[in-house]
Amino acid sequence: MTDPRAQAREANRRLVRRLVLVTAAMFGFGFALVPLYDVFCEITGLNGKVDLDPAAALPAGVRVDTARTLRMELVAQAPAGAAVSIRPLRPKLTLHPGELRVARFELRNLADRPVIVRAVPSVAPGLAAAHLRKVQCFCFDEQRLGPRERREVAVVFYIDPELPAEVRTVSLSYTLFDLRQRAGRVVADPGRG
Amino acid sequence: MSTATTTHEAHHHDEPPRGLKRWLFTTNHKDIGTLYLIFSLVMLFVGGIMALVIRAELWEPGIQYVDPQFFNAMTTMHGLIMVFGAIMPAFVGLANWLIPMMIGAPDMALPRMNNWSFWILPFAGAMLLSTLFMEGGAPAAGWTMYPPLVLQTGEAFPFLIFSVHLLGLSSIMGAINIIATILNMRAPGMTLMKMPLFVWTWLITAYLLIAVMPVLAGAVTMLLTDKYFGTSFFDAAGGGDPVMFQHIFWFFGHPEVYIMILPAFGVISQIIPTFARKPLFGYSSMVYATASIAFLSFIVWAHHMFTVGMPLAGELFFMYATMLIAVPTGVKVFNWVATMWRGAMTFETPMLFAVAFVILFTIGGFSGLMLAIAPADFQYHDSYFVVAHFHYVLVTGALFAIFAAVYYWLPKWTGHMYDERLGKWHFWLSVISVNVLYFPQHFLGLAGMPRRYADYAIQFTEWNQVSTIGAFAFGLSQLLFVYVIWKCVRGGQKATAQVWEGAKGLEWTVPSPAPYHTFAEAPEVK
Repeated sequence: MTDPRAQAREANRRLVRRLVLVTAAMFGFGFALVPLYDVFCEITGLNGKVDLDPAAALPAGVRVDTARTLRMELVAQAPAGAAVSIRPLRPKLTLHPGELRVARFELRNLADRPVIVRAVPSVAPGLAAAHLRKVQCFCFDEQRLGPRERREVAVVFYIDPELPAEVRTVSLSYTLFDLRQRAGRVVADPGRG
Repeated sequence: MSTATTTHEAHHHDEPPRGLKRWLFTTNHKDIGTLYLIFSLVMLFVGGIMALVIRAELWEPGIQYVDPQFFNAMTTMHGLIMVFGAIMPAFVGLANWLIPMMIGAPDMALPRMNNWSFWILPFAGAMLLSTLFMEGGAPAAGWTMYPPLVLQTGEAFPFLIFSVHLLGLSSIMGAINIIATILNMRAPGMTLMKMPLFVWTWLITAYLLIAVMPVLAGAVTMLLTDKYFGTSFFDAAGGGDPVMFQHIFWFFGHPEVYIMILPAFGVISQIIPTFARKPLFGYSSMVYATASIAFLSFIVWAHHMFTVGMPLAGELFFMYATMLIAVPTGVKVFNWVATMWRGAMTFETPMLFAVAFVILFTIGGFSGLMLAIAPADFQYHDSYFVVAHFHYVLVTGALFAIFAAVYYWLPKWTGHMYDERLGKWHFWLSVISVNVLYFPQHFLGLAGMPRRYADYAIQFTEWNQVSTIGAFAFGLSQLLFVYVIWKCVRGGQKATAQVWEGAKGLEWTVPSPAPYHTFAEAPEVK
């Protein structure tokens, strides 16, 4: 009588160990989805994600395709309720694929205390994201602004001639994030102590 | 170790201990099954009252009774409570009561863990409900908890996250227990392909649970660390992406909807053969169809988010994969109909609910197919059409199956027949009012009424009023259900062991009410 019961106990224990392992693995898988998703979007260029690595964006033997003219729209927005503003100096421009261009934005701190902001770019249509190459961008760095400071910032970019033919207009949008609200999280905040 | 304890007890006590301690410390699968069922019945009414608040506010356009923030809290809490507090625990309760009896096992494989997985629930439920009284109100960002909106929840936020953790933990432990019971405790001769379908569907459901509940736990943990610990999983400012939450959530969420419907398929597959007095048509195809649905559930999640800006290839893949699910589901519906075909059918209350399930669940399935059409979904997305769809599959689907199961096995549990006349009243009141409640929501959604708003444009008034009338009628009809159960527990005509003339299976070989310990000696299955 005891023997089969002991056997059953052992079998249960083995099975439960395995099932707990599966549970733990699936918990890990949830987190693994995060980098997997990023990698997937990077490879496929989905979701308007742009490459933030400047080294990967250097022009190497890119020829200007003067036969094609593209419209470029620049958009920028500050978070609601934040005391910073951002606007493109020229919201629209036309350019040829492969042409190196500079777009300037005006960044202003409207408050009497310093702020730290960061601009996060996004490209529409999503398929164009992989073809917008930023050589230099103010979005690569945190922007620290003193009280009431106004600053002009720039992005140097070109559009890869490989851009699919059906795309005629590319929008580059920057969203500003106030890193001070996230103080102690992403950046150490020297202005606060 | 836990097995040893129960068997030890089994030899010494035939009667359960009396009083509160019986319920607190019980490791008996029947007691725990009862606790689960009572808990889910209470939660059904709590969630139901929230639904009535929603429907009362939607009686007229404009803001009448509650402010919009509270309205949003009601839709959120109603969803969370019905999914995690009512439907899922009810099926776990049925599993506890029935699986050991159906496979000829003396109890669940891990009785102490069983006690623990139940007793987590009241605490998790209380924690979730306590948010209603907190600064900033209860969570109001929808049961799907999408960031960044959900991160604006006030003090309730960590309580929301931890109650989801606890509810998930309870389900995972329940699932592990069910798998261990089914795989290790079957009576000699009970091969896998001889198991009743309810046991099969629960085995597959339990695997789904341990595969996806941890993913949900991970997703809400990421929300927690995003809010309090400086991570930016879903925060674009730190390189994260809010859409990613939707991907992770629905990777859990889609299998979750099958977690709530597969055991219902099992219940219906037990009931229809009994009252058609014919064996189930296509038993093995039912098993394979269930397994296929479970597999497909993992590769269709993005059909919940067709409008987030997916590439065409993604839309097409998720559209076709979703439509593929109609094939195994269709197999099931045809098998149920073929079981009834030329059967000597009688229509006792469980059968009425089962037949209503087949018809109304199929309506919900068809509206699901409409939603699966990616280009059309842009019109239906987040409209009342979606609300109508998932209530047809969850209320007239999952909940009706639970009603059917309760009526079907109640004589086995209590030893008394329930009041058949009142049961039929409950059925007809429910089935009419539930259609008055949800059918107009199809029209509202197609006409453009969005979900999750306290207010609406004036042209939607009439159908909203019809829907609200249906809601109150359906809600009140459920009081009758409670009365029928109460009456049946208190007394009634003595039930025989077999209870139903056409009932087959091991649970019908033990006396009614089922003794506290059944199958201490394993039965022989031919």
